[in-house]
Amino acid sequence: MDTTYAVLSEGLEKRFGAVHALRGLDLAVAQGTVCGLLGPNGAGKTTAVRLLTTLLRPDAGSARIAGHDLVREAAAVRSRIGVTGQYASVDADLTGRENLRLFARLQRVRGPAGRADELLERFGLTEAADRKAAAYSGGMRRRLDLAASLIRRPDVLFLDEPTTGLDPASRTRIWESVRELRAEGTTVLLTTQYLEEADRLADDIALVDRGRVAHTGSPAELKALIGSYAEAVVADADGLPAAAAVLDRLTGSTPVFDRERGAVGAVTTDPTLTLPRLVRELDAAGVPLLDVSLRPPTLDDVFLRLTGESTDSKELVA
Amino acid sequence: MNALAHDGLAMTGRQLRRVRNSPGLAILTQMMPINMLLFFGYVFGSALAMPGREYRSFLVPGLLVATAAGGLMTGMFQAAADTHRGVMDRFRTMPVSRAAVPLGQAAADLVVTTLGTVPLLLVGLAVGWRIEGSAMEAAAAVGLLLFFRFACTCAGIFLGLLTRSEDAAGQLGASSFVLPLLSNAYIPTGNLPGWLRTLAEWNPISAVTTALRDLFGNAPVPADSSWPVAHPVAGSLAWSLALTAVFLPLAVRRYAHGER
Repeated sequence: MDTTYAVLSEGLEKRFGAVHALRGLDLAVAQGTVCGLLGPNGAGKTTAVRLLTTLLRPDAGSARIAGHDLVREAAAVRSRIGVTGQYASVDADLTGRENLRLFARLQRVRGPAGRADELLERFGLTEAADRKAAAYSGGMRRRLDLAASLIRRPDVLFLDEPTTGLDPASRTRIWESVRELRAEGTTVLLTTQYLEEADRLADDIALVDRGRVAHTGSPAELKALIGSYAEAVVADADGLPAAAAVLDRLTGSTPVFDRERGAVGAVTTDPTLTLPRLVRELDAAGVPLLDVSLRPPTLDDVFLRLTGESTDSKELVA
Repeated sequence: MNALAHDGLAMTGRQLRRVRNSPGLAILTQMMPINMLLFFGYVFGSALAMPGREYRSFLVPGLLVATAAGGLMTGMFQAAADTHRGVMDRFRTMPVSRAAVPLGQAAADLVVTTLGTVPLLLVGLAVGWRIEGSAMEAAAAVGLLLFFRFACTCAGIFLGLLTRSEDAAGQLGASSFVLPLLSNAYIPTGNLPGWLRTLAEWNPISAVTTALRDLFGNAPVPADSSWPVAHPVAGSLAWSLALTAVFLPLAVRRYAHGER
C-alpha cells in the first residue's frame, strides 16, 4: 500500500478550540498522479495541507507521506516534500537568486548556485533573478515560490491554492508547470476553489466538505455520477409543457423550469441520449424549439449534488 | 551539531543579505542613538550638575547598552515578520535543524550590531568620550555588551514567534523605549526615591551600563546600590545568562512547534 500511495491518510482530525476543522480526513493519492482537494473556503483544505506537510500535528488519525509516518518520521517527510502555499513563502527581502540558493543550501543540494540558476531559467525568472522578491509581480512571486519548493525534486508536491489571485496568463503558466511535473513523475496534491482548475489538472478529485472527504473520483467519474443536463429553450411559453413531457420521458427525471428564459431542463445519466435524438424527439412532439443543449455537468453541479449545498452559499457562511 | 552549524550559517547568511539588500532600516536604527547622544549630551548635559563633557562620557556607555537592549525590538520584529509572511513556515516544512533559525537570526544580529556600533563610538570619541581603562578591560566591556545583545535578541525572537504579527511587534517595540529610561543609562539613579531606585537598579540595563562605565573607566561604580549594580560584571553576566537560558530554549521550542 505504502509504496503505491504517495499520500495516505486515515481519520485525520484537527481542532482549533471550538472549531472542528478536520473530522476524519481519509485520503489516498496514488504515486505520480495529481490529486485536487476541492472545496469552498472553510472546508478544511488548508488545514489538511498544513497537517500533511508537518506544520500542524493531528489530534487523531495517521498519515504516511512517501512511505514515512507523518508524526514519527516528520524529518524524513520534510526531506521528501515540497510546499507552496498561501503561507509557506519566500523571503521578500532577498532576491530570487538569493532565495533559491538559500533553500538549496538548507537542503544540502550539491552546487546550490547551479541549481538556483537552473530553476530561475525554467520558471522564466533569469532576468529578474537579482531583484528583490518584494518587487516581483504576483505571478512571478508564485513561480519563485514554486521553484523554491522544487529545489530537491520532491516526491510529493503540495500546492495550496496555487493560482488564487493570479491573472489568466499567470494561471495558465502555473498549470503548465504542474502538468510538466506530473509528466516527470512528481505526485502533486493541490487545493483549489476553482472547479475549472481541478477539472483541468487533477487525475482524481477529493471533494472536501466540513472537514471530511465527501467524495472522490476522477473528474469524469464525478460528472458521470451526476449526469448531463438536457435543456430545451422554447420560442413560446405555451410550448413548455410539451417540452417538459418529452424530457420527462427521455431522462426519467423531473424537469426543472426556468420560465424567464423560456427553458426547461432535466438531468440524464442515459448514455444513449444524444443531442440529435433529443432534437428529433422534441421536434416530433411539436415543441417550438429555439435552442437545445446537452451539457456535461460542471463541478459546481457536482458539488451541489454531492454535498447538498452550492459552493456559493457556503462561501458566504465561511 | 554539524547540521546545526551548517544550517545556522546559512540562516546567518540570509539575515546578513537582507540587511545588505535593505540597508535603510539598519542605518536608521543606528542613527537613533547618535541623535540621542547629541541631544542628551548637549541639551540635557547643560542642565545637569555634571559638566557637559563628563555627562557625555557617562552617556556613551548608557546609549551602547540601550541600543543593545533594542535587540528585543529587532529580534521580535524580524521573527514576527518572518512568521507573518510565511517564511518561517517554509523553513518548517524543510529538513532544517530546528535551532538553526533562531540561532542564525541572533548570530547575524550580533554581526550587524558590532558593525553598527562603530559609528556611535566614533561620534562618542568626537564629543569627548574616551576609553580610560586598559585594553583588556575594554575588550571585556565589548564582550559583556554583545552577550547582553544576544540575550535580548533571544527574548525578542521568542516574543516575535509568539505574537506572529508585525503590527503587534511594532507596537510592543515602540513602547520598549521606556526600558532604558527606567535605568541608569541616561541619568544617575542615586537621587531617585528609594523604591524607584531599586526598580531601576534591578533593570538589567543598569548592571550592564555600570559594568561598561567601570571597564571603560568612565565613571566609578555608584556607592550603596543594589546587588547587580554594586557588582556590575557579575550582575551583567547573571542577567544575560538568565535571559538566554530562559528565552533561547523557549524560542527554539516555539519555532519547532509552530502553532500546532
